[in-house]
Amino acid sequence: MIKLKKKTPLIDQHDRSGFYGNKFGGNYCAETMRKPIEDLSVLFEKLRKDRKFLKKRDHYFKHYLGGETPFFKLENLTRYLGGAQIWCKDVSAINGDAHKAYHATVNALICKESGKRYIAGDTGAGMFGKNLAMAAKKMNLKCKIFMGTKDISRQAPNVKFMRDAGAEVVPVDSGSKTLVDAVSECMRHYVANCDNTHLAVGSAIGCNIFLKICAWSTSQISRELKKQLIKEFGEIPKLKLINVIGGGSSALGFWNEFIDFDKKHVELIGVEAKYAAPLSTNAKVAILHGAAQYCLTDKEGQIAETHSLSAGLDYPGSSPLHGLLKDSGRAQYTNASDKEALAAFKLITKLEDIRPSLEPAHAWSECIRLAPKLKKSDVLVVNNCGKGYKDKKIYIEQLGYYPK
Amino acid sequence: MKNSINNAFKIAKKENRPALISYTVCGDNTKDKSLQILNSISKDLDIAEWGIPHNCPTADGKDIQNSSYRALQNGIRLNDIFKLVKRFKKTKPSKPMILMGYYQMIFNYGDKKFIRKCKETGVDGLIVVDLSFPDNKNFAKLCKRNSICFVQLIAPTTTLKRMKEIIKSSHEMIYMISTISTTGSKLKYSIKRIVKNYNVIKKIKPSKNVVIGFGITEKTISNLRSADGLVVGSAICREITRSLKDRQNPVTNVSKLVRKLKNKII
Repeated sequence: MIKLKKKTPLIDQHDRSGFYGNKFGGNYCAETMRKPIEDLSVLFEKLRKDRKFLKKRDHYFKHYLGGETPFFKLENLTRYLGGAQIWCKDVSAINGDAHKAYHATVNALICKESGKRYIAGDTGAGMFGKNLAMAAKKMNLKCKIFMGTKDISRQAPNVKFMRDAGAEVVPVDSGSKTLVDAVSECMRHYVANCDNTHLAVGSAIGCNIFLKICAWSTSQISRELKKQLIKEFGEIPKLKLINVIGGGSSALGFWNEFIDFDKKHVELIGVEAKYAAPLSTNAKVAILHGAAQYCLTDKEGQIAETHSLSAGLDYPGSSPLHGLLKDSGRAQYTNASDKEALAAFKLITKLEDIRPSLEPAHAWSECIRLAPKLKKSDVLVVNNCGKGYKDKKIYIEQLGYYPK
Repeated sequence: MKNSINNAFKIAKKENRPALISYTVCGDNTKDKSLQILNSISKDLDIAEWGIPHNCPTADGKDIQNSSYRALQNGIRLNDIFKLVKRFKKTKPSKPMILMGYYQMIFNYGDKKFIRKCKETGVDGLIVVDLSFPDNKNFAKLCKRNSICFVQLIAPTTTLKRMKEIIKSSHEMIYMISTISTTGSKLKYSIKRIVKNYNVIKKIKPSKNVVIGFGITEKTISNLRSADGLVVGSAICREITRSLKDRQNPVTNVSKLVRKLKNKII
């Protein structure tokens, strides 16, 4: 079993070649990309220690993204399920409506520092695309967003937002026409334009530097949560942190500050979409988009097609960091079906005022399943990482309504 | 046929021309057709490159993506590729065959098993697009031990220091990427600049055979004829696509194209 290093940030637990636990990650990329990603690594390592840059980041997080996102107890849901206390870290309250806002903003800031004028990113659910478009506009960068044509049609509100913000949305019509193809096309764009373009990979995937930047950015979530927990409970109580997993960027941000806690004290639970679930269905390790990771493939090694109602989860791979957390036994992974996610949305919105998007609805489903089996002293925290408006059309199609 | 890659370059040099190297995707558009195409063009070729199709190719342009897609649609598998290589080498034992692909396909098959199979079937060289230096050191050693040439790539973004290291660890052939691009785009740099980059590599170690690829077409090929070798890939794949679309025979059309390419460099 792989052992995690204590007191070393999760993103820094790789060797010189970018591998975590000798097994996950690495830099499987074309020679053309080697120098640009090395330059980016040097820049990032400098910036994360640079007080001025950190101040700038915090300034943007506070004044541009709206500062700390709320943390509150869901009294009605807790009462209804009659078990553990259920708390919500409502990351969807951020300006930008999802955790991708942190990651997009940091990437735009880094792009600015690098002196490049163009920024390119991939998106599935459109949350990263929308936030990248916003950040690029704010910082005067030219932005290109790569998105599968299937996702363009099912996440139309976000596409409109991107275009209104001045980004060029590049439709990707190859393969399954979803996130996996968008990431491939975006990487190809980078291979061909790496001299003037910064690549913002939409999740904690890709060559080593890309997943590091991503998880470093979203870790703002757990920094806030830690403080909020201490304020509410006077200490870090016995916890279960439940988070949905697509690529895995929100979970890494939600868990980052809690990795060193004993797993009996702070349990980490990741929830994948049932038919896009490499971590919870014993998928093999494969190389996808520049990194070794748990990934769905066919027997021949071709990347498998996935199916999820949720565009953000419709991805065959997973972050190499989740491979590390799984193999070290630090996190557990399970999955929820489209149906279960929809049922969770129905219940949550009946009892509470939050409106999760399809992605966190998967995490809520696991929470609803677990809570009745637990004691009142147990604390469940769910990362409500995305706002539901983008899925309004899908919810209406599936449930017949969208709550007010 | 040891060192047949070196021989191929020697023959071309004797004839005072660059070696002509084709790239097609194995199984495009069917298994048999791809072998027929290769057999038919091989008289004009010095080295044949066959692509192993993968469905997430992060460095290929549209033309090669289309070829790979067709091959996969028609059910090509790695074991089929080895069988086809064997059939090709049976009739053309002295024509060097290089397989080119993404590391996932090899990793999934198993490095050692893959290289053993390459040796058995007569593969002379390997290009693994996304297994770059220094991460490819062990794999390259494994190739060498089995008399397979592991072809390193050098890009316009490669620094001089890195270039020297790559050349030092390289085998008899080096692949120079002409411009910052995916396969099959137009040349972004002037011919002068590409030749200059080429000369930098040659100067470090003149004995290595350096081939130029990416963006080589009927239009550009004669301008780069001072190189040790030139790879034409996307232009051929494009011709296959066009032939299929116009319901013409890709075998004859591709043969004509390769003939024309050859005529431009003799």
